[in-house]
Amino acid sequence: MRELRVGDQVAISGTVWGLRDATLIHWQRQGFEFPVDMREAVVLHTQPNVRREGNRWLPVCVGTTTSQRMDRFTRPLLERYRIRAILGKGGLSPDSARAMAEHGSVYLAVIGGAASVETLQIEEIEAVYWEHLMPECLWCFRVRHLGPLFVAIDARGANLHQEVAAEAQRRLEGLTASAGGDRQTAAKAGARP
Amino acid sequence: MTTATHGRVPAVSDAFYEVLEETACQAYVMALKDIPPDVRRGLAHAVERESSERAVAVMRTMLEAIELGDRDMLVCQDTGIPIYWVRIGTAAFVDGDRIRQAIETGVRRATLETPFRSSIVHPVERVNRQDSTGEGIPVLHFDFEPGIGHLSLLMMPKGSGSENWSFLRMLVPADGDEAIRSFALQAVVEAGGRACPPLVVGIGLGGSSDQCVSLAKIATARPVGQRHPDPKVAAFEEALLEDINTLGIGPQGLGGDTTALDVHVERAWTHNSMNPVAVNMQCWRGERRRARIAYDDLSVDWGYWW
Repeated sequence: MRELRVGDQVAISGTVWGLRDATLIHWQRQGFEFPVDMREAVVLHTQPNVRREGNRWLPVCVGTTTSQRMDRFTRPLLERYRIRAILGKGGLSPDSARAMAEHGSVYLAVIGGAASVETLQIEEIEAVYWEHLMPECLWCFRVRHLGPLFVAIDARGANLHQEVAAEAQRRLEGLTASAGGDRQTAAKAGARP
Repeated sequence: MTTATHGRVPAVSDAFYEVLEETACQAYVMALKDIPPDVRRGLAHAVERESSERAVAVMRTMLEAIELGDRDMLVCQDTGIPIYWVRIGTAAFVDGDRIRQAIETGVRRATLETPFRSSIVHPVERVNRQDSTGEGIPVLHFDFEPGIGHLSLLMMPKGSGSENWSFLRMLVPADGDEAIRSFALQAVVEAGGRACPPLVVGIGLGGSSDQCVSLAKIATARPVGQRHPDPKVAAFEEALLEDINTLGIGPQGLGGDTTALDVHVERAWTHNSMNPVAVNMQCWRGERRRARIAYDDLSVDWGYWW
């Protein structure tokens, strides 16, 4: 984990725990206790489409959701369980990046919306906890070559989404400040909304 | 198939509502599996133009995901908030309440029979009926087409990733159209990678506040590459697209030249004291499906836009 650098492309095989909004709100209400040992786990921001067959759950479509909504739970998750990696999309805040640096964890960006690809990389749903939160339960997946994943926060706290966002903000200022000057793309060729 | 008459036009038969229910059901499932051809072309062109290797890798994975949809998989796990725009041809009498019921039943069936997850919850209690319906859901918009002998519906399963980045600003007339451009650019930057770019950016101009947001939403459903009929607006769309794609946000916010596949503007006239602008985002899949049911033989024609 500590050798990974922002921008690296990786894939994961093994156990990945799925959770998201309602799962983590419930976790908080339970005094930050999961029904299972989550020490050093890898988690994925997801709520899957599943179907029941006998007493098993089978994946129909498993994809990744926007991490920003769960950002506030990053630090508590890392502090309590020393979560090794969080898989999500869209990035996490500067504070979460600092928490990752403190705990030597990484944030891996999944290609959001490409859930069909991701689904085929799920070998099995091994367990489900908190089924009353369906579909926002705590899911235990066994995955094989889950990816491509891009390291978006590394164990030094470098944050790819933040770097891209800061650059976009800088370019936005250039685009809007120069509207009356050199660059008038929106005003050229008689363009008017 | 028409039976009784209502005023000067005949009424559709009961069988019409059965076909409508089935069509509403199929449209939902098809929208989740079959990504529109204009979106596929847009992504393929973007891959050719893109200078960032990482962005190319991301978009290739997206194209791979689309191909899996052609093999009957759901492309995204977010089956969305179901939205239907309905255009009722007025050449026959159609019962509006039965249209509503047929579509709602179609949504329920799509969810339970496929099956896929229901994402629809009570806004405070967060209770999920597990059938993608609830108070006010599916979202229905109605319009009419004078003298036309069919009903058209456009289905969009709107995912939260992009919908959570929706913007309205009641600008004032003195802000002019430069403020419209700036607001749209700011919205795209604020959304960043979280709205699942490359985006289709919908911009609503004018109207009342609710109408303005609604215009921004339907703007995202217009096919990628299709310009507004007013040449000035079309030029604005193209110029804004160029600007957005200089921001460097890229696919999934991981950097690159491809932040948007297209920008679409829809407008209404507004109050002389108002200058409302809304921005709505559609994620890279641009999911939607259109169906047209003929009143005479109940045949269904499928497409991706009106």
